[in-house]
Amino acid sequence: MPPLGSPGRRVAVVAGVRTPFVRSGSVFKHLSAIELGKLAVSELVHRTNLDPASVQSLIYGTVVPNVIAPNIAREVSLIPLFPRTVDAYSVSRACASANQAITNAADQIVLGHYDTIIAGGAESLSTVPILHSRGFSDALVAASRAKSLAARVQAIARIRPRDLIPITPAIAEPTTGESMGQSAEKMAKLNGITRDAQDAFALRSHRNAAAGTKDGRLTAEIAPVYVGPRYDTVVTSDNGIREDSSLEQLAGLKPVFDRRYGSVTAGNASPLTDGGSAVLLMREDVAKARGYNPIGYIRSYAYAALDPAEQLLQAPVLAAPVALQRAGLTLKDMDLVEMHEAFAAQVLSNIAGLASAEWSRRAGFDQPTGQVDMERLNVMGGSLSIGHPFGATGARILTTLCNELGRRNAQFGLMTVCAAGALGHAMVVERA
Amino acid sequence: MTTPSLITEVMDGIAVVTMDVPGAAQNTLGAALRNELVPLIERLQKDTSIHAVVLLSAKSDSWIAGADIDEIRTSSTGAEFAALLKGGHGLLKQLEGGRLPIVAAINGACMGGGLEVALACRYRIGSESRKTVLALPEVQLGLLPGLGGTQRLPRLIGLQAALEMMLTGKNIRSRKALQLGLINELVHPSVLRAVAVRRARELYEGRAMPVTTRKGKGMGAVLLEDNPVGRSVIFRKAREGVLAKTRGNYPAPLAILDAVQEGYSNGIDAGYAKEVELFAHLAETPVSKELINIFFAVTALKKDSGVSGDAPAPRPITKLGVLGSGFMGAGITAVSVMQRIPVRIKDAQHERVLKGISAVRDVLREKLVRKQVTRQEYDDQLSLVSGTITYDGFGNAPLVIEAVFEELGVKHQVVRELEPVLGPDAIIASNTSTIPITDIATAATRPQNVIGLHFFSPVHKMPLLEIIVTKQTSAQAITTCVAYGKRIGKTCIIVNDAPGFYVNRILAPYINEAGRLLDEGAAIDAIDEALLAFGFPVGPITLLDEVGLDIAAKSGRIMLDAFGARAAPSASLQRVQEAGRLGRKGKSGFYAYDEAGKKGGVDETVYALLPTGSTRSQISAEEIQQRCVLAMVNEAARCLEERIVRSPRDGDIGAVFGIGFPPFRGGPFRYMDAIGADEIVRRLEEYHDRFRPRFEPCALLLDMARNGTRFHG
Repeated sequence: MPPLGSPGRRVAVVAGVRTPFVRSGSVFKHLSAIELGKLAVSELVHRTNLDPASVQSLIYGTVVPNVIAPNIAREVSLIPLFPRTVDAYSVSRACASANQAITNAADQIVLGHYDTIIAGGAESLSTVPILHSRGFSDALVAASRAKSLAARVQAIARIRPRDLIPITPAIAEPTTGESMGQSAEKMAKLNGITRDAQDAFALRSHRNAAAGTKDGRLTAEIAPVYVGPRYDTVVTSDNGIREDSSLEQLAGLKPVFDRRYGSVTAGNASPLTDGGSAVLLMREDVAKARGYNPIGYIRSYAYAALDPAEQLLQAPVLAAPVALQRAGLTLKDMDLVEMHEAFAAQVLSNIAGLASAEWSRRAGFDQPTGQVDMERLNVMGGSLSIGHPFGATGARILTTLCNELGRRNAQFGLMTVCAAGALGHAMVVERA
Repeated sequence: MTTPSLITEVMDGIAVVTMDVPGAAQNTLGAALRNELVPLIERLQKDTSIHAVVLLSAKSDSWIAGADIDEIRTSSTGAEFAALLKGGHGLLKQLEGGRLPIVAAINGACMGGGLEVALACRYRIGSESRKTVLALPEVQLGLLPGLGGTQRLPRLIGLQAALEMMLTGKNIRSRKALQLGLINELVHPSVLRAVAVRRARELYEGRAMPVTTRKGKGMGAVLLEDNPVGRSVIFRKAREGVLAKTRGNYPAPLAILDAVQEGYSNGIDAGYAKEVELFAHLAETPVSKELINIFFAVTALKKDSGVSGDAPAPRPITKLGVLGSGFMGAGITAVSVMQRIPVRIKDAQHERVLKGISAVRDVLREKLVRKQVTRQEYDDQLSLVSGTITYDGFGNAPLVIEAVFEELGVKHQVVRELEPVLGPDAIIASNTSTIPITDIATAATRPQNVIGLHFFSPVHKMPLLEIIVTKQTSAQAITTCVAYGKRIGKTCIIVNDAPGFYVNRILAPYINEAGRLLDEGAAIDAIDEALLAFGFPVGPITLLDEVGLDIAAKSGRIMLDAFGARAAPSASLQRVQEAGRLGRKGKSGFYAYDEAGKKGGVDETVYALLPTGSTRSQISAEEIQQRCVLAMVNEAARCLEERIVRSPRDGDIGAVFGIGFPPFRGGPFRYMDAIGADEIVRRLEEYHDRFRPRFEPCALLLDMARNGTRFHG
C-alpha cells in the first residue's frame, strides 16, 4: 500500500498550537472545553497568518461532551474570526478523539474534497456535567408534560430521596464496569510491569517535560492564555510538570486501584487535565503555494481494537505495525516515537507488546514490530507529566512530534495513542 | 411622468400604501413624499370602497427617516416654516381623525417627522429588526418636534418618558418602544405587512385589540403625571435640569417644555399652535443653524474618501495589529472588535498584555451591562482579541497601530521591527499625539505606508479621529485608514503632518492663555466657569488636571520648540507641574481629589505656587472667554493658512468633536464667520498690543478682514 496522498499532494501539517495543559480544577476551572478549543484554534489562525476564509472544515474531538452544545466543532468554528460557512463536526474516539479528527481531515484532503482543514480537540474535566438520576429525570419530564397543577404535584411527589443522588460520569468501561485505573492495574500484573519500573518511567516523563519547558521546545507550541472572565491571570505553560520529583517521592505514594497488591499510583498515572489543541492541515501543494513550510506530512495511520475485558489499553500494539506497513517503513526507521502516556504501566505494556512475537501474530505479522529505542521515545515527556485533556492529546502529540523532528533534522516519526473501549491508534509522519 | 414615491395596492378594501421615494436611500418627509401623500390620503378618505390604510416603506433601512433637513436649511424665514408645518399638521390631523383607520407598519428608521406621522396613525406595528429605531432627535439640531410630537407623544407614553425622548433625542429600539407603549405590537419583519393588513381590517370592523405589553406606569408616575400639580413639578425639575446642562446656551429644550406645557394648560390645539410658533422661531436661531451645519459637515465627511480626485479603493481590514496594550491600545482594540475586526495586541510582557485585555473587557462590558449587546455578541467580541508578546500573527495584518511609549527612539525601533514582518503594503499607523509622523517615517524603508491615527481618550467615547498624513503617505494608506475610521464609528478629518497636528495645536494656545490668566492672578474656578459658560464641556484648568500636567508640560515644550515665543508656556503650569502635581492621575493638581480620585473644589494650596500667590484679582468672564477663544481660533485660522487642515469644515469638526468647542457656535471657523474677520482681527490686535506676541493675527485673517471674506461660503 502506498503512503497517504500522491506525490506533491500529501497531507501537510502546517502548524500546531495548544493551550497550556493544566490540572483540572486549577486555572482553567471557569473555561469550558468549547472555550479552550476557541482559544487554541484562534491562536493557530493568528500564528499561521492564515486567511480564515480559506478554512473549509473544522473537525474537533472531545470525550465528555457539553449536553447543551454537543457539537463542539461547530461552536468553535462559529468564532467570528471565521466565516459562518466553515463546515464543522465533532468526533469521539475517547482519548484518541483528536487523532480521529486529524485522520478524518487527512482523508478528506486525500480524497480531494477539501484542501485546508483545522483539526484538534479540547477537554475540560473541571466542568464535567453532573447528571440527575433516572428517577429524578423521569419525574421532571413528567412534571413538565403535566397539564394541571395537580398532575404536576403528583409527578414531583414521585421523587424518592435516593433519586436526588447525582451521578458523576466515571472513567469506566460501560461494558465491563472496569475503570481505566483498574485496567492499567490489571495490565501491570498481566505484563509483569513492576512498581519501580512504572515510577522510573513517570520520573523520566517529568524530567523530559521539565527540560522541554525550560529550553522552550514545549512552550513554543503553547498559546498563552489570558484567562477570562476576569483576565487577572495569564498562563503560559503546563502546570502539572514536576521538575523536582524524585523516585523516593513517587515510591511513597499509595496505590489507588488495588490498595494491597497494586502498583498504579497518582504518580505514575496521567492527571485529570484541562486543555485544547489544534493543528492546521493542508494539501501539500496548496500549503506551498501559500508560502508555508509545513512542519511535517502524514505518511500513514491505522486504528485497531481488541476485547475491552482483556487489556484495555493495549490496542496501539495492534495498530502500530499496520501503520508502519502502510508507510512502507519499520520501527527501526523511526527517528522519534511518541507514545501517549495514560499510565506508565500502559506505556511499558505497549512497549513490551511491540517487542513480543505473540502480539505481533495477533496483529497479523510474522515478526515482532520491534524494540522501542528509549532514547527516541517521548523525548519531551508525555501525558504523565504534561497532562492529558482527553480530546486534546492527539493534536498535542502530533505537533510535538513534527516540531521535534524538525529541530533534530530527522525524517520519520511514529505516534501511538491508546483509548477507552480497547481502541488503539498509530500514525507515521515524515518531516520532508 | 416622474417615478412616484407612493404605490397603492387595494385588497378587499384595505389600501396598502408603500412609500419609496425615488432615487433616495431613505424616505424623508421632503416635498416629494408630501406632495403625493396629501392628495392620496384625501382621495382615499373620499373613496367609500376603502375601509382602512396600511402605511409601509419599501426601503430596507427606513420607514420615514425624518424631515428633509436640507429643506430646513434652505427655507429661510420663520413664516415659511410656519406655513410648511401648518400644512403638515393638517395632514396629520386627517390621518388621526379621518374616517379611515391607518396602520403604521414600521421597519427601519422612524425618526423625527417620521415618528410624528406614525404617532398620528391609529395603530403602530414595529418590526423586530435592529434597524427599526424610533426617535425624536430634533433637539440635536436645535429644533423641536414640529408635527404634533410635543402633544401626541406625552399623551401616548406619558409625560416623563416623552420628555426624556424629546430632550435627549435618543434612539429607541423596537423592543423598548413596545415597552414604552410607543408601538402597539412587535412582529418579525417578514410578517409585518400581513399583520398590518389584518389589524387594519380589524380596526375597520371595530374589533382590533392592541396586544401592547406596555408596562403600566408606576404608581409614582401616575400620581405625578395625571394631575396639574404633579405635572408642574415635572416641568420645573425638567427646566432646572436643562438649564444646568445647557447654561442657557440652547433654546430648543426649553421650547420643547413650553410647547408640551402649553398643551396641558390650554388644550391640545393651543399646544399645536405653540409648537408651530416655537419651531418657526427656533429654526431662525443661529444655534439651530450651526447645529445643522455640523450635521451636514458630518454627513459630508461620511462620504469623504480622504483624498481628492481618484481615490484608490481602501484595503479591507481583515486583521488589526496593535502595539502597546496601555489605555489607548486597549481602547483601539475594543472599538475594533466591536466592529468584528480581529485584533492581535502585542506588548513586551504577558502581564502587560493581560492588563490590556482586561481593559478591553471593561470597555466591552459597559455595553453588555447596558444591554446594548447580547452575551453572545460580547463573547464574540472578546474572542476576537488575541494577545502576544511576539510579532507572530502580524504578518497578514493590513494595518498596525502603534500606541507604545511616546519617544521617537521607541517609535523608530517599532517601525524597524515591523517592516520585515509585515506585507509590502501594510500600513504602520502611529497613535502619537506629540511626535511628527514625518519624523517617525524616517525609520521606514516604505514611508508611503506610514501614517498617524490620532485617537482621543477615551477611545470608545470620543467621536473624532485625526488622520495625519505626511508628504509621502500613499493615497491608498489614507483611504484605507479613513474607511477603517468610519467603520469603527469615528468622524475622520485629514490633517497634514505638523507639530501638534490640528486639534492639539489649537488647544495649546487656549490652555496656555488660561495659564497666563492664572499668572496674572485670575482664580482657577473663575477661568473654568467662564469657559463653561461659553459652552465648553470642561474648563481649561480642569482639562489640564484630566490630561495630566506632565503630559501638558511635555506638549508645551514641543509647541515652544515649534512656534517660539508665542507658544511660551505659562509660569503657573510650569511651577505647579514642577511641584510634582500630576493632575487627576496623581490625585493632586489645580483641584483637590479624594482617595477615590473624585474631583472636589479648587485646591487652595496650589495658589501659593503661582506668581501672584494667594492674591487673586478680578478679571472679567468676558475677557477670560475672549482671550482663550481668540487664541484658539487665531491658531485655527493659521492651520488653514498653512494647509494643516483641508477646509474650514474639517477645522470646525475637529474642534467640536476633538475639544468640545461649543457645537452651537459651529466651530472656530463658523464662530469667526459669525463675528466677522474684521472684528476678530480688531479684538486680536487689541490683545496683541497688551500681550505681544501671542495674539498677532495670522496673515489669512488679516487678508480676510481687508477683503471682507468669510471662511464658509
